[in-house]
Amino acid sequence: MRKSLRNRGFLPGFGMTMGYTIIYLSLLVLIPLSVLFLKASTMSWEQFVGTILDTRVLASIRVSILSSFFAACVNAVFGVLVAWVLARYQFFGKRIIDGIVDLPFALPTAVGGIALTSIYAENGWLGQYLAEWGIKVAYTPLGIWVALTFIGLPFVVRTVQPVLQDWDLQMEEAAATLGATRWSTFIRVILPHLLPAIITGFALAFARALGEYGSVVFISGNMPLKTEIVPLLIMTKLEQFDYAGATAIATVMLVASFVMLLIINYLQWRINKFDAAR
Amino acid sequence: MSKTPITIQALWKQIGFIAIAAAIGGCSAATSTTPSTGKDQSTEAGAAPAVELLNVSYDPTREFYQDVNNEFATEWKQKTGQTVTIKQSHGGSGKQSRSVIDGLEADVVTLALAYDIDAMAERGLIPADWQKKLPDNSSPYTSTIVFLVRKGNPKQIKDWDDLIKPGISVITPNPKTSGGARWNYLAAWGYALEKNNHDEAKAKEFVTNLFKNVPVLDSGARGSTTTFVERGIGDVLIAWENEAYLAVNELGKDKFEIVNPSLSILAEPPVTIVDKYTDKHKTREVADAYLQFLYSKKGQELAAKHSYRPRDKEVLKAHTPAFPEIKLYTIDEWFGGWTKAQKDHFSDQGIFDQIYKP
Repeated sequence: MRKSLRNRGFLPGFGMTMGYTIIYLSLLVLIPLSVLFLKASTMSWEQFVGTILDTRVLASIRVSILSSFFAACVNAVFGVLVAWVLARYQFFGKRIIDGIVDLPFALPTAVGGIALTSIYAENGWLGQYLAEWGIKVAYTPLGIWVALTFIGLPFVVRTVQPVLQDWDLQMEEAAATLGATRWSTFIRVILPHLLPAIITGFALAFARALGEYGSVVFISGNMPLKTEIVPLLIMTKLEQFDYAGATAIATVMLVASFVMLLIINYLQWRINKFDAAR
Repeated sequence: MSKTPITIQALWKQIGFIAIAAAIGGCSAATSTTPSTGKDQSTEAGAAPAVELLNVSYDPTREFYQDVNNEFATEWKQKTGQTVTIKQSHGGSGKQSRSVIDGLEADVVTLALAYDIDAMAERGLIPADWQKKLPDNSSPYTSTIVFLVRKGNPKQIKDWDDLIKPGISVITPNPKTSGGARWNYLAAWGYALEKNNHDEAKAKEFVTNLFKNVPVLDSGARGSTTTFVERGIGDVLIAWENEAYLAVNELGKDKFEIVNPSLSILAEPPVTIVDKYTDKHKTREVADAYLQFLYSKKGQELAAKHSYRPRDKEVLKAHTPAFPEIKLYTIDEWFGGWTKAQKDHFSDQGIFDQIYKP
């Protein structure tokens, strides 16, 4: 008997639930995504490579990956801060703030994009002051980054928050009795425990940003080679009824995000192992 | 081994059981639902069964077709006693076309460009000669490309030449994603052709210079209107005449004015019935009548009301102050039709892509 299929506990229902899981995932994820590969495979290898190595496609991949990465970085830092405030302090209106964190989740992203554009455009509330400093946000890569930070906000907060809430204060007390300062307690005791959650949140925010379309098309200005994102180019191909070309780009993105998720899972596994060994 | 409560076989049995259950559920669900577009929902006794049409159209026609649908339904009821309900679907023209190709069962399509309907013909939904079946290239109303400028025209923009001057900021959507923007682009190209004795290289240079003045390429026409009107970006918006009128009428005559260039393109948004689905729904007769209605006096009046240029000479004349005469050329005359224009200019590695090569 292979170990992976063995029911490790005494809980019943493994077969039933596993069956459901596999069918559910197949219908919703695996079959639709394999159609993607099928469509892309109608192209010859030269066509496929030609599509992917097109200057505009490459430029958009660069824009998408870089701005998603920076957005996820910012979320990783400030998401922890927000989670910290929500988990550690009691204050008036806490529940409301807790709810606001989820707004970018619930809102149609196009609405978020239009709102951000109107605020950060040159005649917008914030945009006009930034313009005085010579900073243009809307219709530049900076604007893409703002939109992607916006939609990625809940991910880090919602993965880190429960870890902080379950945090055992005795650990900090122990650190304090051993003479650690507050800062070094945070850096050397709390942060390592948060790291897996932060990395998960980072990965989710990054992956979400890579595929984001609705909020970005409004604020980016969609200038070829400068502010075009990958999903826009996929839409462009579809607009020309070039299904194969669109799926070719989509396939590359799919493989890229899959590889990225694998790397991050590996990192997490390493950290957990390292943590458990201590 | 004996300790394992679940074997692989048992697991597969479970999966098989669930799959069969799902299949049975699916079948019974399929047989119990009747297609919503069917003709079999009869109304009052004696009256002809009610019928439903789906009109798949593009974005800016929403209000226009609401009016058309009401008028047509009334007229059809009087003529035949049959109740007809027309459902509308709106979105970007290319996206709408793809939905129909992918199985959205439209009885009629009313889109922004013939290219989007040609794509349906290519996939066998309609005959290849669809554009010859109705008068005037199957386009009951037309429009053209004009400029929208800020009140008082501070930059003195009069014609296409003014758009390539340094320091002028021009707003137009991305021709790769917006059907409307393709008309804008071709209008500029046509002007440059005419001015330079049909020298393609000169025309390309002109359009390249024009796009150098474009700071934002929105993905759709409405997005560009918003950028120009709400965000206050740009000195001039290249827009369809009906969109320009809408902006002026809705957002203030005191803020914007329309400038008519000396030469522009005749935009012909085409309509057709989708044979595959009208045959399936048995709605061909009413769908035909619906499109014919667009050519009737009443339909033409409604088009004029929504700032589309009516084909009917008399109706057009009655609305002359709203539609000043502009010298117009057609896409067939100068670009050899939509399929060729699309291939030459907007396909990958086409002229538009070359304009944007670094």
